[in-house]
Amino acid sequence: MRFDTPATTSPIDQLKVVGQPTDRIDGPYKTTGTAPYAYERHDVVPGQAYGFVLGSGIAKGRITAMHLEEAKTAPGVLAIVTTLDMPRLERGMMNAAYLFGGPVIQHYHQAIAVVVAETFEQARAAAYLIRVDYQPEAGKFDLAAEALNAPLVGDDSGEGSSGPPEVRVGDFEGAFAAAAVTLDESYTTPDESHAMMEPHATIAAWHGDRLTLWTSNQMIAWSKRSIAKILGIPAENVRLDSPYIGGGFGAKLFIRADAVLAALAAKAAHRPVKLALTRPLIANNTTHRPATIQRIRIGANRDGTITAIAHESTSGNLAEGKLETAVSQTRLLYAGANRLMAMRLAPLDLPEGNAMRAPGEAPGMMALEVAMDEMAEKLGLDPVQFRILNDTQVDPENRDRRFSHRDLVGCLRLGAERFGWDKRTPKPAHVRDGHWLVGAGVAVGFRNNLLTKSAARVRLDHEGVVTVETDMTDIGTGSYTIIAQTAAEMMGVALDKVAVRLGDSAFPASAGSGGQWGANNATAGVYAACVKLREAVTQQLGFNAADAVFSDGEVRSGNRSVALAEAASAGELVAEDLIEYGDLAKTHQQSTFAAHFVEVGVDAATGEVRVRRMLAVCAAGRILNPKSARSQVIGAMTMGVGAALMEELVVDKRRGFFVNHDLAGYEVPVHADIPHQEVIFLDEVDPMSSPMKAKGVAELGICGVGAAVANAVYNATGVRVRDYPLTLDKLINRLPEAV
Amino acid sequence: MRSFTYERANTPVEAAAAVARVPGAKFIAGGTNLLDLMKLQIEAPTHLVDVNGLKLDTIEPTPEGGLRIGALVRNTDLAADERVRRDYGVLSRALLAGASGQLRNQATTAGNLLQRTRCPYFYDTAQPCNKREPGSGCSAIDGFSRQLGIIGVSDACIAINPSDMAVAMRALDATVETVRPDSTTRTIPIAEFHRLPGDTPHLETTLEPGELITAVSLPPHLGGRQIYRKVRDRASYAFALVSVAAVIQRDGTGRVAVGGVAHKPWRVEAAEADLPRGPRVVTEQLLASAKPTHDNAFKVMLVERTLGAVISEARS
Repeated sequence: MRFDTPATTSPIDQLKVVGQPTDRIDGPYKTTGTAPYAYERHDVVPGQAYGFVLGSGIAKGRITAMHLEEAKTAPGVLAIVTTLDMPRLERGMMNAAYLFGGPVIQHYHQAIAVVVAETFEQARAAAYLIRVDYQPEAGKFDLAAEALNAPLVGDDSGEGSSGPPEVRVGDFEGAFAAAAVTLDESYTTPDESHAMMEPHATIAAWHGDRLTLWTSNQMIAWSKRSIAKILGIPAENVRLDSPYIGGGFGAKLFIRADAVLAALAAKAAHRPVKLALTRPLIANNTTHRPATIQRIRIGANRDGTITAIAHESTSGNLAEGKLETAVSQTRLLYAGANRLMAMRLAPLDLPEGNAMRAPGEAPGMMALEVAMDEMAEKLGLDPVQFRILNDTQVDPENRDRRFSHRDLVGCLRLGAERFGWDKRTPKPAHVRDGHWLVGAGVAVGFRNNLLTKSAARVRLDHEGVVTVETDMTDIGTGSYTIIAQTAAEMMGVALDKVAVRLGDSAFPASAGSGGQWGANNATAGVYAACVKLREAVTQQLGFNAADAVFSDGEVRSGNRSVALAEAASAGELVAEDLIEYGDLAKTHQQSTFAAHFVEVGVDAATGEVRVRRMLAVCAAGRILNPKSARSQVIGAMTMGVGAALMEELVVDKRRGFFVNHDLAGYEVPVHADIPHQEVIFLDEVDPMSSPMKAKGVAELGICGVGAAVANAVYNATGVRVRDYPLTLDKLINRLPEAV
Repeated sequence: MRSFTYERANTPVEAAAAVARVPGAKFIAGGTNLLDLMKLQIEAPTHLVDVNGLKLDTIEPTPEGGLRIGALVRNTDLAADERVRRDYGVLSRALLAGASGQLRNQATTAGNLLQRTRCPYFYDTAQPCNKREPGSGCSAIDGFSRQLGIIGVSDACIAINPSDMAVAMRALDATVETVRPDSTTRTIPIAEFHRLPGDTPHLETTLEPGELITAVSLPPHLGGRQIYRKVRDRASYAFALVSVAAVIQRDGTGRVAVGGVAHKPWRVEAAEADLPRGPRVVTEQLLASAKPTHDNAFKVMLVERTLGAVISEARS
């Protein structure tokens, strides 16, 4: 099905099932431990041996020798594969780091060997017996130092945010020089780890030249192609299966070392092999969100109208690695006739930077929305009013191009009302509650909506059960549920008459989970397949497709009514289709919007920052399931608090690695950090997005949160911190004198 | 984890003798720290002597009017004990500020005293660390040291003791009771129990090989306001950047011990006379010989401000 004109009325608009706050259908499996994750799939293939991955102990250089004698004779050892056993393997899609093969070390904890043994403990113990001789080389590990010479580079995050090396509209320098009120500040965001609950894990088994990977992966079709390319085997010989995923946040968009080494180890051991990356390897072996150094300049008239805006960002990465596209949202968020956006990329020898929840947008908004707060203060304007004043309904770089639907102002107004923004004391450091300095902050969330083709197959059996098959993944987001809701709505059946099967590369290729594109596109693909199945049903039952109504497990037309199951009485009906898109995303800017309001307390003595309450008002088209969408947004808000207050992969600039590489050293928020969160969705649809009229919320939810926290900290203390995370050491020497 | 042998001891002396007999042997109780370190092969004992069956898990009054806490009393039980909550509030609060409910259910009193540092370089076996591998060097001194020590540090090591409980024990002047392999016993004042790193940072306590902790005794209670203030980046389940254990009397006198700053709970008795004069003068004496790094210089001010908050809380 091609979607190239705005959606009109469809069975989805009945909203009998879609749009309802249905419980997650996989919830009972997860809460009872019956949703097996990759490492727990003990029954998929017999004889599973255990692999353990050894990471490089240096950040850059070469391996000159590996001594395996002790490891080979250690108890239980079945096979050892080292990086010296083969030339450097090809890379998969969208990855900069080479995952295995050859003596060259690109980054710390690069995989250099996998040991296979009868038990996990044996494999691990044997791996520690491998002695490695290195020839280290000096590397570049300090972004601030390398930023001085970083060239301008354009890029696309692969998740929707993008920009050329430099964008110029009007005359930024002239307008900024002439502006009545100006701001020129720099901001930094650190490297961050996805830190998802489930580590990267894979079970690999070969049957002849055919490879099956039971793994944990967000993008099945990409990864099937990637593993085939890396291993040099035909893609049709590979099957990936990933029905349950314990979080990904972008870390599992790709094939990483777990899958490659499980496959190599299984081949060497002539046994199925399971392995998981250890926590330290997740920080330094896989990908992370790259640090940024950002400069923002804003010029405005005294009335608050922005006349000039510039956003420049520098990030670092391995050679051929991606840029963190931190300026991309500034291109679209606020009006202003004179604009300059620029991005620079510094070569570094740290582990690979890549997509993490709202890549580009999240760190970019953390800077931009603090700058907006600072500018509002300079102008003597309320920060909500300042943003409303500079709202735009068109793409500021191309004023003929409108937003498909943009109600950011509605988010801000409703949020201000519900939060009680008018009760905030604008003057910083003036509200006290016991030993807490209390403040409130606001920031905008803004993330684009991506359209990408997505296919599904639907089956109807003689009991009236509709089964959906697609390689779409559910990374804890609720894909199972919204897909079931879509099929139930389309086929006129109850939810318990729908079965959803996901994550298997044998199923039609979906949009996958990334870039907050999963919900809208994957359900639109299911919609398309259901349209075809409805045609098959009406044909089978002798109905006129145009006026047949699918409802309550029946198909009706005029006075005639037949059970849906009847259509499959002579055999299962199967339909498959995909949604693909015309140029509505080019002619119109499709985006999602939020207003985040946060209240914090800052301990007057110690500078500890604790969030007291949070509110997000989101505008993201039709909300397919308000319950799972809310879960998505509160999870993203929590991650935003982490980014604001505690998350930082600390670089050892001498040795070239992330030092705090476990969950004791890399702190993310715990329950006690998140006391009260509220989410409101504006009641809206976006007919430009798809037949579902929906957009995504998963990444919208994090965009702007960090800045709202930072702005609240400023309001509480009068201390402006421009380097994330806002830990107490950055506040304490500037806090008001303690009692 | 290297292979190891395992036995259960029946009496404290037997346990001590067993550890003394086998080179590379260690006691195991709750295992909340040792097992993690064994998995990373930072600890590689050849033999484990399980002391969980030694029945050292009661809390009894002492003839002097204090409390004798068995070495195996779990952190959860110690924190919840009515006598501890009533008379030694600082200890109960310190325990509850540490780790998580699950860990406290498992961790023991003696094991808590023996937990090892959380210096990230100690945890990464590819990095030099004098504590893990004597003579290999210290990666932390010029590395990431935000969490690490500011006082009592050496050129060999700036690691800190991560225990909350031990800081309260130091403020209370607890004593550590032990038995040695030859069945002699002794008591070690908590002040002398942990060592400073010096040039032997791998030696963390004054225990002799095979010496087993049997109990920790608290002297008669001190009354006063008993406060444990732990400062950390997140609200729970994090190690202290700085902590203050304080017992402050109505007249403003009292005791303070500081955590998160040194290889042992840090207390300077001489400074306490100045508690009524406020936090600055006390901190100046407490941290007179401080030698912070660039990353952790903030801890000096943090100690002073946290102490100030504790003193004003005590007055309120």
